[in-house]
Formats: sequence, C-alpha cells, structure tokens
Amino acid sequence: MTSTRTDLTSADVAELSRLLSTGEVSAVEVTRAHLDRIAAQDGRLGAYLHVEDDAAIAAATAVDEARAAGDELGPLAGVPVALKDLVVTEGVPTTSGSKILEGWLPPYSATIATRLAEAGTVLLGKTNMDEFAMGSSTENSAYQVTRNPWDTDRIPGGSSGGSSAAVAGDLAPWSIGTDTGGSIRQPAAVTGLVGHKPTYGSVSRYGLIAFSSSLDQAGPMARTVLDAAVMHEVIGGHDPRDSTSIDSPLAGLADAARSGAAGDLRGVRIGVVRELGGEGHTEGYEPGVLARTREAIEVLAGLGAEVTEVSCPSFDLALPAYYLIAPSEASSNLARYEGVRFGLRVGDDGSHDLDEVMALTREAGFGPEVKRRIILGTYALSSGYYEAYYGQAQKVRTLITRDFTSAFADVDVLVSPTTPTVAFPIGARVEDPIAMYAADLCTLPASLAGLPAISVPSGLSDGLPVGLQVMAPALADDRCYRVAAALEAAQDAARGHRLLDELPGRAAA
Amino acid sequence: MGFPGSMSSISREDVAHLARLARLAVTDDELDRFAGQLDQVLGAVARVGEAAVADVPPMSHAVPLTNVLRADVVTPSLPRDVVLAGAPAAEDDRIRVPRILGDAE
Repeated sequence: MTSTRTDLTSADVAELSRLLSTGEVSAVEVTRAHLDRIAAQDGRLGAYLHVEDDAAIAAATAVDEARAAGDELGPLAGVPVALKDLVVTEGVPTTSGSKILEGWLPPYSATIATRLAEAGTVLLGKTNMDEFAMGSSTENSAYQVTRNPWDTDRIPGGSSGGSSAAVAGDLAPWSIGTDTGGSIRQPAAVTGLVGHKPTYGSVSRYGLIAFSSSLDQAGPMARTVLDAAVMHEVIGGHDPRDSTSIDSPLAGLADAARSGAAGDLRGVRIGVVRELGGEGHTEGYEPGVLARTREAIEVLAGLGAEVTEVSCPSFDLALPAYYLIAPSEASSNLARYEGVRFGLRVGDDGSHDLDEVMALTREAGFGPEVKRRIILGTYALSSGYYEAYYGQAQKVRTLITRDFTSAFADVDVLVSPTTPTVAFPIGARVEDPIAMYAADLCTLPASLAGLPAISVPSGLSDGLPVGLQVMAPALADDRCYRVAAALEAAQDAARGHRLLDELPGRAAA
Repeated sequence: MGFPGSMSSISREDVAHLARLARLAVTDDELDRFAGQLDQVLGAVARVGEAAVADVPPMSHAVPLTNVLRADVVTPSLPRDVVLAGAPAAEDDRIRVPRILGDAE
C-alpha cells in the first residue's frame, strides 16, 4: 500500500480511526508517515518546536502490540496528535514559546494530555506559538517563524499558529490549541481548519501554562467539524484539579456534528451580529471576508435556519476591555517566572541579589510583547488607575455578557466572521500592536463572556481561507458543532471536495 | 511615586517605574520603544471609559463558582529529586537562591 503514505497524512481522523481499527494500517505506519513528512516539510513550515520521533514510534508500537494481543482499544488508538507547547507534558520539553522555559522538562502532565494519551493517541510533538500565547500571528515566538501552508509568506494565525500550520500542512491530523481571545479560532480560520473554543470551565486548565486565567481554554483544531467534536469529547469533562472546572458533562458533541451534517436546520434561529462586520461596522473588514460570511449565512438559511440581525452594542468595547483584563491577569500569572524554582536564571554570579537576578532573568527570558503586556497590566492594576482601567474593563465585561444573554433570548446561535481579514503577510503588523490586536476583534466577545464559539471554513478570498464564527450560550457547545457541520457538509457537497483540498500542492484525501 | 502626565498617556519615566515594579531590567532602547507603543495601546484601551457603567457590577469570571474545596485527602506530592532537577540551581537537596539582602541595605 505505498500510495497510502500521502493519504495517511492528509486523511481526517475519522478515516484514520477506521483504517486503524480494521487493521488496514498499523499505528506505526501512520506515525511513521507523519514523522517522515515532518522531517521533509517542517523546515519550510516551522510548525513544531519539538518532535517526539522515537518516543512516538514507541507509543505507536505499544498500540499495535496491544491490538495484536486482542486488547479492547478505543477508536482513537494509534491516531497521532500535536499539542500546543503550553500544554505541559511530563518529560517532554514545554516552553510556551518562551526562552524563560528553554530546556525545562515538566515533572507532570496536563489533564488534557493525559486524557489524549489514555485514549491511545500518539503524541507527535509540541507546536510553535506566540510567547505565552500573546499574539495573533505566532511571530512572537522566541524560537522561530511559522508559515501558513496556503502561502508561506503569510502568518498561520496565532497564538496557536504551530497547531494550525501542522494540521493544514499535513504534519498532524489534528491538534490542541488554546484560546484566550481567539487563539484557536483565528488560526483555524486563516488556515482553512475547524477550531472550537469550548465553554469556559468545560475543559480542564490543569497543566496549561497560564496567560489570562479567567479566559484561557484549550480546544480542538481539526480538518472536520466531526473530528473537532470527537477530540472535544476526549479532553472535556470535570477535573477536580482545576477549581474553575464545571461539574456537568458536555455530551453529544459528535452526535451534534453528525446531525448538523444531515443538513436540516429547520427551527434553528441564527442571529447575525451587526457590530461584527454588519452595516456601519465594516471598517477594517476585507470585502472578501464579508462576502464569504454573507454567502455562508445564505447557505444556512437555505438549510432551513431562521436568520435575523441582532445588535450587541457593547461588543464595540470588547477589544479595549480585553486588552486591559488579559494583560492584568498576565502580569500576575507571569510573576512566577522569578528564576528561583524552575526555568531560566540569569546573573547569579554572586554579585547580584535575588531582586536583581529576578529582573535580569525576566529581562533576558521574556520577549517584547510579553514585556509590553506585563508593563501594561502592572499599570492597569496600579493604585490610582485600577478603577479607571481594570475596574472599568470588568464592568464592560458584564455589559458584553448581558448583550449575549439578551441576544440568546431570541436566537439559538450568533454568527460573524471569525477574523476581519485573511492571513496577513509575515512582518506586516510586528511593530504595530494595535493592528495586531485587531485580528481578535470578532473573537473577543465570546472569550470575555466565557461562551463556546467555533470557526468553520466559509470559503476562500484571494485564494486564502475565510472562517465563519458560530457562538452559543454557555454549555451549548453542541449548537456550535451542529451549525458548523451543516455549513461544512453543504459547502463540501456544493464544491465536490473539502476546502482544504484546494490548498496548493495538497493531495486530496 | 505617581505617574505624571494625563490619564491616557504613558511616559518613558512611567515605563521605567513600571518595569522596576514588574522586575524587568529593561534597556534604554526598550524604554524608548515601549513608551511609544504603550502610549498608543493605552490610548486605544482607554475607550473602556466611554461605557456607561454606573450601576453595573464588575465581572471577574465567566463561571460563578466560589470556595471550591477539594476533599481533605492526602495525595502524593512531586518527588523532591524531580523538582530539584527542574530548578536552575540546587545544593544539598535544596533549591539554591541568590542572596536576598543587598549590600546597601
């Protein structure tokens, strides 16, 4: 089966799972195919910071041996996976994209890493990211640039840009990303993938390197809505080791994706958010993005959904509120990098005291965006400014949540573009933080309210992918999967293949 | 020390002070760059002040949970050797720390 080599790296997880459970391919074959392709292609894409190589083959071998011995294996046994490099993995390098954690080997594993391992998945490696997840292009990584497989002169989105490039570039069938203000959804959108940010508290944060604790959530990045839902079911659920974990299971996500793909959206009420690319709110949005969004909404209406426009006036203030709340929480969270207990230590030559060593370590270990946000957060939390900035931002957060609550009284889901533009050129926004932050314009409201939101491909503009965002009430993640799967199935059927198959040079799965 | 200047403006001196508070030994070059960039960012985020929020309660978190307690059960801690292996400097089975009192104090 020599021809399966290419197919194995472009297949979706549902297909890999079928091939593995029927014994048509072995876990070692699947893993080897991915490692070979990473060796051949990752020099060009820069998706991985660390590749497991021998350890991945060993894990795949164990799956094959268990299967040969007649053990009862789950449907995902032998399916490879990539993890964003802020998911801590025992004994496997984990840097969060920062020099301050270079060479650190975590002494424990994140709950989601453990759950994926228990499902029999094979860890391929750790993916590049903006340092401490602060960014929308992955250019803030302290290690390397990651390139968009659709156009290697462009960004893969961020902060989960290594995870998006790996899956779109056929270097992993799916991956874990994390989303604080859009870091799963925006990279998924600009690389033609499905990315879901779960309801806050529905996926454990235990073992995720913290950026902004009231916002951080891990979630799936995949080639299909069904794959994303399947991964979400594996990683989700209550975890006593995360005190913000919600003790009510999210079930039926894969079923929701299957039901959506059946194509009947009668009775589903969809609200189009005016403030996110609607009339009077199109500044900064590319016409191609708005056109794909309109067309996607027409497709959903054609499947029977009832579409209305909804106004959420406070969404206009989501960006300023987010860029006060997240840096404030970050300035506190990143205080743990003090050069004493783990990670980098600089200037410990006997001539500097602890305070100086701390300042020298943090100066050497953090990159410019991390320093900017720590300084901004320190400012926003300082006495005399707290009420005007952090306090005010927290109140705006309440207003945004109220806008969602009142919108969801009339509709079941809200939709918008995922991000205002297609992937921008590498370097275009590096020296302009405000322009960079604008990439998160549409994803921030759901982040601040803690709601589930998915990005699903809606087409191409200038040959580059565009994503549609579907937002739902807390714990109604199934609605995101249902509506996204309906759009995906209808568009795949209309064009006769998947959007990802239009990626230049990619072999159709 | 306060922060001179108007509310949505951040000077080079402000940045130097904030960097000291945040234990960042920033360079002169960074002070120049960050002051301009942060002033720009602060100008943009100051828009939160436009919201009418007189009677609006602040929201710190999306999940309204308080006082989440775990069961009072002893569970194993990380082994000492594993923790020390991750420390930048260890000595006599302990993490070695730079001196905590400066000469001038």
